[in-house]
Formats: sequence, C-alpha cells, structure tokens
Amino acid sequence: MSRRSREKLYFALFRGCGALVVMALVTIIAYMLIGGIGAIDLDFLTEPPRASNTRGGIFTPLIGTLYLMGIVAAFAIPVGVLSAVYLVEYQKQGRMASFWRIVVANLAGVPSIVYGLLGLGLFVYFLGFGRSLLASGLTLGVLVLPIIIAAAREAIQAVPPSVREASLALGATKWQTVRHHVLPYAMPGILTGVILSLSRAAGETAPILLTGVAFYMSGTPGSVFSQFMALPYHIYAVATQTISGMSGNLMVYGSALALLALVIGMNIVAIVIRKRYREKYRW
Amino acid sequence: MSQIEVRDLNVWFDKNHALKNVNMDIEGKRITAIIGPSGCGKSTFIRTINRMNDTIPSCSVKGSIKVDGNDLYGEDIDVTQIRKRIGMVFQKPNPFPKSIYENIVFAPRIHGVRDRKALDAIVERSLRRAALWDEVKDRLDKSAYNLSGGQQQRLCIARALAVEPEIVLFDEPCSALDPIATAKIEDLLIDLKNDYTVVIVTHNMQQAARVADTTAFFYLGELIEHGDTQRLFEKPDEKLTEQYITGRMG
Repeated sequence: MSRRSREKLYFALFRGCGALVVMALVTIIAYMLIGGIGAIDLDFLTEPPRASNTRGGIFTPLIGTLYLMGIVAAFAIPVGVLSAVYLVEYQKQGRMASFWRIVVANLAGVPSIVYGLLGLGLFVYFLGFGRSLLASGLTLGVLVLPIIIAAAREAIQAVPPSVREASLALGATKWQTVRHHVLPYAMPGILTGVILSLSRAAGETAPILLTGVAFYMSGTPGSVFSQFMALPYHIYAVATQTISGMSGNLMVYGSALALLALVIGMNIVAIVIRKRYREKYRW
Repeated sequence: MSQIEVRDLNVWFDKNHALKNVNMDIEGKRITAIIGPSGCGKSTFIRTINRMNDTIPSCSVKGSIKVDGNDLYGEDIDVTQIRKRIGMVFQKPNPFPKSIYENIVFAPRIHGVRDRKALDAIVERSLRRAALWDEVKDRLDKSAYNLSGGQQQRLCIARALAVEPEIVLFDEPCSALDPIATAKIEDLLIDLKNDYTVVIVTHNMQQAARVADTTAFFYLGELIEHGDTQRLFEKPDEKLTEQYITGRMG
C-alpha cells in the first residue's frame, strides 16, 4: 500500500472512531426520546407511581433523587473543597503530598458496589443510620469526593502564586488569603467539579441499592432516616417488572429520559459556568 | 539609631547559602537602593525585611533585623503585623482580579476597618498618594485588570499604602514597565520618602542613581558596600563595586 493510501486509511479509521463516540451518545438520547417522550407530561412528573410502578408518574423517585443530591452536596462539597485547600495550600510538598495524591486517585478507581458495601457496613450498621436517605447520601458523598477534590485542586492550583503573595504581603493570614482570594478565584472550576459530581451521584444505582433505596414507597421520605425511592433504581425495578409492549414500557423510557435530562442538564450548566468564568479571571 | 538594623543576617535555601553575614543600617524616610547582578541575593534580602521568605518552606534565616529596636525574628512576633507595618510592591504588577476599589480596601478591612465612609476615605487618600486618583476616580468599580501596566503598579503601591505602613519595600517595581511608566513611578518614589522609608531593589543602576539616597551593592550573597549613592557611583571603596558599576562584571 502506498504511503498516501495508508494515510487515507488511518485518517478514516480515526474519524470513524470519533464518529462512533458521537453516535453512541446520539443513539442513547434518540432511543430514550423516541421511547419515552410520550410519557413525559406534567402529570408524569408530579404524580407518584401506581399499580406496582406500571402506571402513574415518577414524582416519588424524582424527589428521592433530588433529596439524595442535596445530602451529597451538603456532605461532599465542604469536605471535598476544604481537603483540596489543605492539599494545595497547607500540605508540605514531599512524600506525604504524593501519598495523598495516590490516595485520592485510587479512591476514584474503587468500584461503586464496593462503596455500597462500605456504606452498608459503616453508615447503615456501625453508625446505626439504618437503610435510609442519610446512609445513601453519605455513601454517594464519599463516592464523589475524589471528583470534587480533583476539580477543586486543579482550580486552586491555577490561581497564580503572585496573588497569594500580594495578599500575604498586606498582612493577611493564610486563611484570609484562601478565603478572600484563592477560593473565589477558583470557584468556577470548583463549581464545575461539584455539578459533575452531583450528576454522577444522581445516576448511581449500586451504592443506594445496598444502603436504603426502596422498590416502592407510598410517599416522599419523611426524614433523612426514611427509606426512599430514586430514579436509577426505579428504572431497574420497572424494567424488570414489565412485560414488553405493555404500558409499563413507556414508564421505563419515560423515567430514563427524565434521569438523562437531569444529568445532561446539569452537565450543560457546568459547561456554561466554566465558559463564562474562564473569561472573567485572566492572569 | 537607624530605623532598620540588620545584624549577622544569614539565609539558606536548603543548602544554598543565599545571604552571608549581612550587616546593614537603613535610615528612616530615605530611599535605599539595593543593586547587584542577578542571583546576588538582593531580592532575598528585602524579602527578609517583611518576612515574605517565611512562605518558602526550604528557607531558613539566622541573625537579626531590628526595626525601631524590635527584632523581626524575635519570639512572639506576629508576622501579619510586621507585614502591615512593612508593605511590599512586587516586580510584576499583581492586582487582585477585582475592582480598583476592592483592591484598596482589602487590607484595611482585614485589619479591622468596617465603616464604609472610612474605607472610601482610605481609597481616595491612597490613590492620591500613589498619583493615580485623577486617572481612575470615575471607574473605581471597574476591574483593575483594565488598567495599563504602569497604572496597575501604582494601584499596587496605593494598595500597600492603604494600611499606612512605615516602610515600603519595592522589588524591581519597574522591570515590567515602559520608560514613561517607569519615570512616573520614580517621581512617586521620591515623593513617598517624605512619609515612608523606601527600600528598592533594582537591576537598573541609573534608576538607583536617580532616586536613591544611599545604595548598597550585593555580590554573591554578601553586602560589598553601602553608602551615599553619589559617592558610591563616583568613588566606590571596593574594587568589586567599581567593576560592577562600570560594567566590567555582572
């Protein structure tokens, strides 16, 4: 084969692989849209499921997922951001620092079912939260910590040292410098990581399966110690309950479409924030 | 008694002996220039005066620096108070990416000024003092990043003056500026010495000759010579100084 045609072949190969990625996303979205758009209306979003999840809406699991994200946010944002501050601003460089980096990187690689087991052992039994919203929220919080830490660390490191020097030279303490300068300037990057991590938490099934999600609840959770319904598990539950072609099928696609819209919507918000703020602070 | 008395000052970065037995007296309300070739320790030296070297983990300091008789490296010293009394302006203008107003009020705020009127007064006074007020008074709420390099540097000077320091350290403040902006900063420096003690590091010997009352020449971490600027440039005591100022070294 001549060099020219070989060049063409490889080029086609690369382009094909790229197209495959786009196709995958387009297919998923199209498939869910075609299957589920018929289900989505106001009633679907505001009414609880009926008749063993085969009819009615997704109000209860949708609210459960939103509550869950609230708990994840309340736990993982402060812990993740502050530990990133520690890693960048306070941790002395050296062996301990690289040890920390490895810990965080490996934390991100732990399979989600293992987090589920951790949550079951730690939050459900040891701390006695039972199978509950709180146990699931904290489990998911631990799961997304590495995402938040990585994003926050990158954003904090991108704030130039000259800004820190300026603040310290005016007699600010290290904390004042972090609080008034480093964190605000790093906020866009941190927010992006936060939103991505929340959308990841919204879609996880395995950890909540072990720590508190319910197949069916007659209402939204009364407290953080209640069990709850959540969209990803609801999709599984309905899908395995339904005989193909019956009305339940629409429920599955409708629920999946709602979850997909939630997650993609959040990712778009993250992209918009990143784009808008990238202009604002230029060094 | 001189305002700043440096005694047996030694600084190391890990094993690198950056400053060696420096003894130097710096007079109040004067401009003292520090000159010397790159890497001679001049920046390191002025950063020991407001203890900015503390932020570098590998740095260790021995000896004493007394300001008005109090040792900066003594026990029970609050570094933030030192840096409030001894301001610093850096080589590259480094305003905060905030409004001009917010740049000035940050330091007074963290040192306890809360009253809006008082802060407004500080902003005007500091900007006037740094010869920037007339250029920016109509756009105090605009980003400091819209200013030119020279204006940014004067903003940084105003920011340092906002907490009413006694001493202001300048670490090559004009090296990133054009000649016109440089001239403005030099005029400002001469004006500032009525109220402040000024120590300026410069790689530009003409600049030292133009603005400084006394000049110190550093070489390889040692203070070679310190004296009246005119005398030092016309009749240096040391052979090394002469070689440097005549351009045969450095």
